[in-house]
Amino acid sequence: MADHFLDAQGLNCPLPILRAKKALKGVPAGETLEILSTDAGSVADFAAFCRTTGNELLQQGEDGGVYRFILRKPA
Amino acid sequence: MSNVAEFGAPAPIPGIDPNTMSIIVTKGSLDWAYPPFILATTAAAMGLKVSMFFTFYGLPLLMKDLNLQVSSLGNPAMKMPMMGLHMGMPNIVSAIPGVDAAASRMMKNLMKGKGVATIEELRELAVEAEVRMIACQMTMDLFEYSLHDMIDGPELGGAATYIEVATKSHINLFI
Repeated sequence: MADHFLDAQGLNCPLPILRAKKALKGVPAGETLEILSTDAGSVADFAAFCRTTGNELLQQGEDGGVYRFILRKPA
Repeated sequence: MSNVAEFGAPAPIPGIDPNTMSIIVTKGSLDWAYPPFILATTAAAMGLKVSMFFTFYGLPLLMKDLNLQVSSLGNPAMKMPMMGLHMGMPNIVSAIPGVDAAASRMMKNLMKGKGVATIEELRELAVEAEVRMIACQMTMDLFEYSLHDMIDGPELGGAATYIEVATKSHINLFI
C-alpha cells in the first residue's frame, strides 16, 4: 500500500500528470503516491515525468484498462 | 562527423538552465490553443521555468471570457468521429454561417466526453504554476485590446522582451 492515493481515472493528457504533480506537493519526501489512470498515454508519460523530476517509479501495471503507478518522492 | 551521439537529452548549453522553456503563442482557435497550454502546464509540472509570449491571434487567449471556436474551413485533416466513421466537412459546407459554431460545440462535447481539460482549466493551472505570461504590446495596440479585459497575471512586452527570454531558455517553441 502506498502512503497517498490519487484517482486520475477518466482524465486525459496532460491532466493525470498535472494532478499527480499537485498531489505530490502534499506528499512528504520519501513517501509514496499511488495513481490510477485510464489514459494509455500515461504509461510513457509517468516514466518520462519520473526520469525528469527525480521521483522514483516504484511500480506500474495495468488491469482491465486501468493503469496503476506507484511513485516515491525523493528524500 | 556528427556531434549528435544519440537521441535523448540535448547537449547542455553553457550558461543556460536546461529546465527552461519559452513558447510563442500565435494562434487562438480552440484546437490551436491546446498545444501551448498543454506543454506549458506539463513543463511547469516537470519543474521547468516556463514563459509564454502571446502575439497576434494568440493574444485573445488571455481574455477573461473565452468562447473559442474551431473551423473546418480549409482544414482537410479535421475529421470528427461519428458512428464509427471519421467525417470531414467540404469547404462549401464549412462556409455556411453557423457551421463553425456547431462544429465547435461538437468538438467541446467530444473533449468533455474524453476527459480533456478545457482551455480555461489549463490556463488557470498555468497561472497557478507561475508560468510567466507576456502579452504583446503591439498586438494590444493593433487590435485595441486592454489588459483590463484580460486575466490577472500577464505583463506587457515586445519583441525584445521575448528575445531576452529566449536567450535564457533552453527550449524555444513557436506555435
